[in-house]
Amino acid sequence: MSYILPLFIAVPLLAAFLIMPHARLHRRLPDIICLAVTAFLLAASISFYFTGAMGNLSLYYVAGFVPPAGINLVLDGLSGLMLLIISFGAFIISIYSISYMDKFTHREYFSTLLMFMVAGMNGVVLTGDLLNLFIFLELASIASAALVAFGTEAEEMEAAFKYLMMGSIASMLLLFGIAIVYAQTGTLNMADASRLLYPAVSHVKMFIIMLFLAGFCTKAAVAPFHAWLPDAHPSAPAPISAMLSGILIKSLGIYTITRIMFNVMGMTYEVSLVLMWLGAFSIIVGSFLALSQWDIKRLLACSTISQVGYMVLAIGLASPMGVMGGLLHMLNHSIIKPLLFLNAGSVEYSTGTRDMKQLGGLGSRMPVTWITSLFGSLSLSGIPPFNGFWSKLLIIIACVQSGKFFFAAVAVVGSIMTLTYMLKFQQNTFFGIIPEKLHNIRKTPLSMALSMVTLALFCLLFGVLFQFVIAIFINPAVVTVASGLSYSRMILGGMQ
Amino acid sequence: MVYLACIILLLCGIYCVAVKKNLIKIILGLIIMEYSVNLFFVVLGYKSGGSNPMPQAIVTVLILTGLSTTIIMTAIAMRLYERFGTFDITKIRKLKG
Repeated sequence: MSYILPLFIAVPLLAAFLIMPHARLHRRLPDIICLAVTAFLLAASISFYFTGAMGNLSLYYVAGFVPPAGINLVLDGLSGLMLLIISFGAFIISIYSISYMDKFTHREYFSTLLMFMVAGMNGVVLTGDLLNLFIFLELASIASAALVAFGTEAEEMEAAFKYLMMGSIASMLLLFGIAIVYAQTGTLNMADASRLLYPAVSHVKMFIIMLFLAGFCTKAAVAPFHAWLPDAHPSAPAPISAMLSGILIKSLGIYTITRIMFNVMGMTYEVSLVLMWLGAFSIIVGSFLALSQWDIKRLLACSTISQVGYMVLAIGLASPMGVMGGLLHMLNHSIIKPLLFLNAGSVEYSTGTRDMKQLGGLGSRMPVTWITSLFGSLSLSGIPPFNGFWSKLLIIIACVQSGKFFFAAVAVVGSIMTLTYMLKFQQNTFFGIIPEKLHNIRKTPLSMALSMVTLALFCLLFGVLFQFVIAIFINPAVVTVASGLSYSRMILGGMQ
Repeated sequence: MVYLACIILLLCGIYCVAVKKNLIKIILGLIIMEYSVNLFFVVLGYKSGGSNPMPQAIVTVLILTGLSTTIIMTAIAMRLYERFGTFDITKIRKLKG
């Protein structure tokens, strides 16, 4: 199966270059290319789970050079899970943006940048080389910054500048960390660097870990590195907000933290403690920020900070149960948060505003949006039949199992606060009396309704069938994370 | 000694980004940070005998990624100037909360 791995990067890049010169041939051509590419990626990433590729490691050597000299692409449980999340999200968003993006000019730029972003994220999760990781990370960051500024209004420009500035500082810290890794070991291959760094428990290694933590936590918007997120995510067009909040921060932030800390640097007690405190702090800060918002998308963006806190807290526990809970929450959140952002986009599409003070009573006018957003809200708050319940339950059980009762309490309080601000969103948008000027609103187009309904059904499906979800998707990833530093032996042992 | 220069450059860049109020100066601060890391890589290559081509190749790639970041930041700064008529970040405050 390993020969298919470079296609995950090559196909979106090729599509991005094909869209621009051919955009004038037909109005819908960029959409069709986007849909075809993301459908292909989705099919390929699902196929890994049914051909037994997840059982063992798939390696692809770029240009035939074996590591540590060459660059390798690695597919293991964790990368496979991330590929699935990225492809699924990108596919849904391609469907949604067919109708939604009609109000914007220069659709081809949107499709091109989206494809660049997908290529960058796929590269980040597949590569086994630190410098490649940095370059793909920059590709995804730059494309997403351009997408945040897509509307070219004053607020969007301001948000994009803030996002790009914070992102670039984080990138520089990461690059400095990578440079020190190179100075210490003389290699950039993750597996080789892990092997050479392993015996050294030194100040230098701690410094590298600090630089990486600061960089990746900024990319993941973990509080106190979160300042850019409440501006950047709401400013983008709704499908891009969904992509950023649901998928980008996970592949650039959570995945990289997990990979570097567990498989390359080795999880230590200190790192675990730092991650847990950052996570707990994030849960509380994000919840309080979300409670005070009146802009729908801003509320959802702030709630992302809080949900990212759950993942970081659970992964920081470093017990198998905790990692399982964290990764399951990552998968669930990558379905729920795009759904809610698409709902917000649908409300904005129909009414022209996102301010909850001017909205109300839309439940009867936009039934599809209402029902799907109800699914999303209940799921995010952790109400039983939906998927969000199981991941939060797992995280709380994992905290109690590890004896961290304080963090379990923080997780419970965060969950109650999630319910509060989701109810605020429901109450002020879909319930109550409908304002006079909202009596004649635009209908939700088919493609937007279709993508929202799909995501809402997956919320329910993943909640009802959570055992199968854990068995099929999460367990291979947990095995990868739990293998820890033997990652390097597996990769380097793969060369003959 | 040269490593110290890299660190000082990096700190200069961070200071510039954190303290300056002008968009262009902030961008320059980021460029200084970038150059400090590039310099660090170049110095590493020199230390290992001068025959190690790897850091040079890395720096070439990093210059390209830095260029693309700089281009897009400058483009956004130009658009901000069109919208607000100023480069002063204390006056560019439409977002709040």
